[in-house]
Amino acid sequence: MTSFSFYRKLASLLLLIVGGQSVMAQTPPPVPATDEPELVEFDTSKTRSIAVPALVAPAPADTPAGNSAALGRQIAEVISSDLRASGVFETQGPNGLRAITLPEVTAPQFDYWKGRTVEQLVQGFVRVGGDGNLTVGCYLYDVGFGNETTRLGFNVPPREWRRAAHKCADAIYSKLTGELPFFDSRIAYIAETGPKGKRVKRLAIMDSDGANHRFITNGQSTALTPRFSPNYKSILYLSYVDGNPRIYVYDIDAGRQRLITQSRNPTFAPRWSPDGQTILYSMAVAGNTDIYKISASGSGTPVKLTTSPSIDVGGSFSPDGRQVVFESDRSGSQQIYVMNADGSNQRRISFGSGRYATPEWSPRADLIAYTRIAGDFRVGTMRPDGSGERLLTDSWQDEAPTWAPNGRVIQFFRTAKGSGKTSIWQVDLTGSNERQLPTPVDGSDPAWGPVLP
Amino acid sequence: MKTNSIKMAAILLASTALVAGCGKKKVDVLPPAADGTDYGQTQTDPNAGAGQIVPGSQEDFLQQVGQFGDRILFDTDRYNVDAEDQATLQRQAQWLARYPNARITVEGHADERGTRDYNLALGERRANSAKNYLTSVGVDASRIETVSYGKERPSALGSDEQAWAQNRRAVTVTVQ
Repeated sequence: MTSFSFYRKLASLLLLIVGGQSVMAQTPPPVPATDEPELVEFDTSKTRSIAVPALVAPAPADTPAGNSAALGRQIAEVISSDLRASGVFETQGPNGLRAITLPEVTAPQFDYWKGRTVEQLVQGFVRVGGDGNLTVGCYLYDVGFGNETTRLGFNVPPREWRRAAHKCADAIYSKLTGELPFFDSRIAYIAETGPKGKRVKRLAIMDSDGANHRFITNGQSTALTPRFSPNYKSILYLSYVDGNPRIYVYDIDAGRQRLITQSRNPTFAPRWSPDGQTILYSMAVAGNTDIYKISASGSGTPVKLTTSPSIDVGGSFSPDGRQVVFESDRSGSQQIYVMNADGSNQRRISFGSGRYATPEWSPRADLIAYTRIAGDFRVGTMRPDGSGERLLTDSWQDEAPTWAPNGRVIQFFRTAKGSGKTSIWQVDLTGSNERQLPTPVDGSDPAWGPVLP
Repeated sequence: MKTNSIKMAAILLASTALVAGCGKKKVDVLPPAADGTDYGQTQTDPNAGAGQIVPGSQEDFLQQVGQFGDRILFDTDRYNVDAEDQATLQRQAQWLARYPNARITVEGHADERGTRDYNLALGERRANSAKNYLTSVGVDASRIETVSYGKERPSALGSDEQAWAQNRRAVTVTVQ
């Protein structure tokens, strides 16, 4: 087969979209077979071994992101790193694996890979098109059965090559676990520097694996508790820029921000509704904090959802937007409550020992993550009716869980006793595979956004 | 907006009597002054002459209310003003009565052993408790602003009960 006919074959097979610069195409991810809330434990004793040789770069060419041959290796490294970090797979390559040839991409040498005790094989190619964009092909093979199980193609600007790698890793993760994807997503958080008594706190964003890190604010005023909008165009966060705690919505492209509501009262704990149309926030009036919601457009008047004389704070919408889980100390200590999105039918759901704070509804709707305070701070989950309580971490101070977009992984931040140094961690829903995320400086208040389109 | 004029160490040296009795919430250890952590109280005013205290200034306020007289402390998750706190706030009110043009900000704080959002709400409660008491003894509410720093600005830097007790506080700062 000539190289030319190979491309024609690929072009006819791959689903390619050339559209907006950030638009990527892929086949729909598989939907989990069941919605039932019981945890499906990954059988780690049968961790699947995946080989990811460097992607082939036929006719290597320079791009603004480097030569396509180097990109082929880097893309394989990101795929391998994503899959390994998920804790579900053992990966080989691209380092230590031989280079594959272009014909092998669609006709793997299964016997060779069997000899390396590989169960799954990821192969692909990266090609520079006439428009300067990259075409990345990604193939998954079951080595034991000797067949292809998934193929995807992506057309991306060279600077977004990591997204093609994350999309490929997502497709493989979904195919092999039955779970929804989550690698191609971003995280907003607070970057921290300086001594404990004079911490500098800056708004920052990064990819789910810590890459493409960017500081948004310069640290002159304290920034806290960011949340990406569902479309990633803006970030809600708290800033002391005018001397008082106030929630702003920051437009990432424009680099401008505005107050979400004109009030002399302090506003904090901002959250988006799943459709991005509504903002939930907390506001203290004469010392008493209640939960409000307001249109994200900046028009309209705030709607007060809680009225108790105690502290009602935080909150997180259910994925269908019809309910809100929040915390309140109306019983005498912080506990978790659920209400309808109009504020009606408020009811307590946490009844274990200790205090419960920072509830976050899973994107899968089946669980609520929280911080449990009983001496130490630990991250846990419970069902929306309060049953099935389960603690996932055990440290001096683990706080503020945020869900991966597939509801399988939880991120949180850990504060060190004494020094006050903070770091961002993630843990699988089963409590296993706990690991620290790489950040250039200390990090807190992580907020995980949805999978990119 | 807060241009205050003396270092904590200097206050401790200069303060004469008026040291508040050590109640249940008071702690024996002095707040760390070394790196001047307590925001709004430690910036040196280059215009202030050494040893010369301008009547009605933050410096004057700190001297008149006595050591730690600028703050009241709270138990975990509480925001009530007890008898000892009332005595402290009354001294602040007396000073404010002497300088009717003076304005203050009450800064509410929480210790690190709480979650961030709740601590912001708690700091707001504490600052308002102090404000409410001050207004109840005659200080015009329009002279008092409040701000909550939650757990963001600890005064004592340890991770122990003693440090946390010092950090659960409402601090009165004069606005110049």
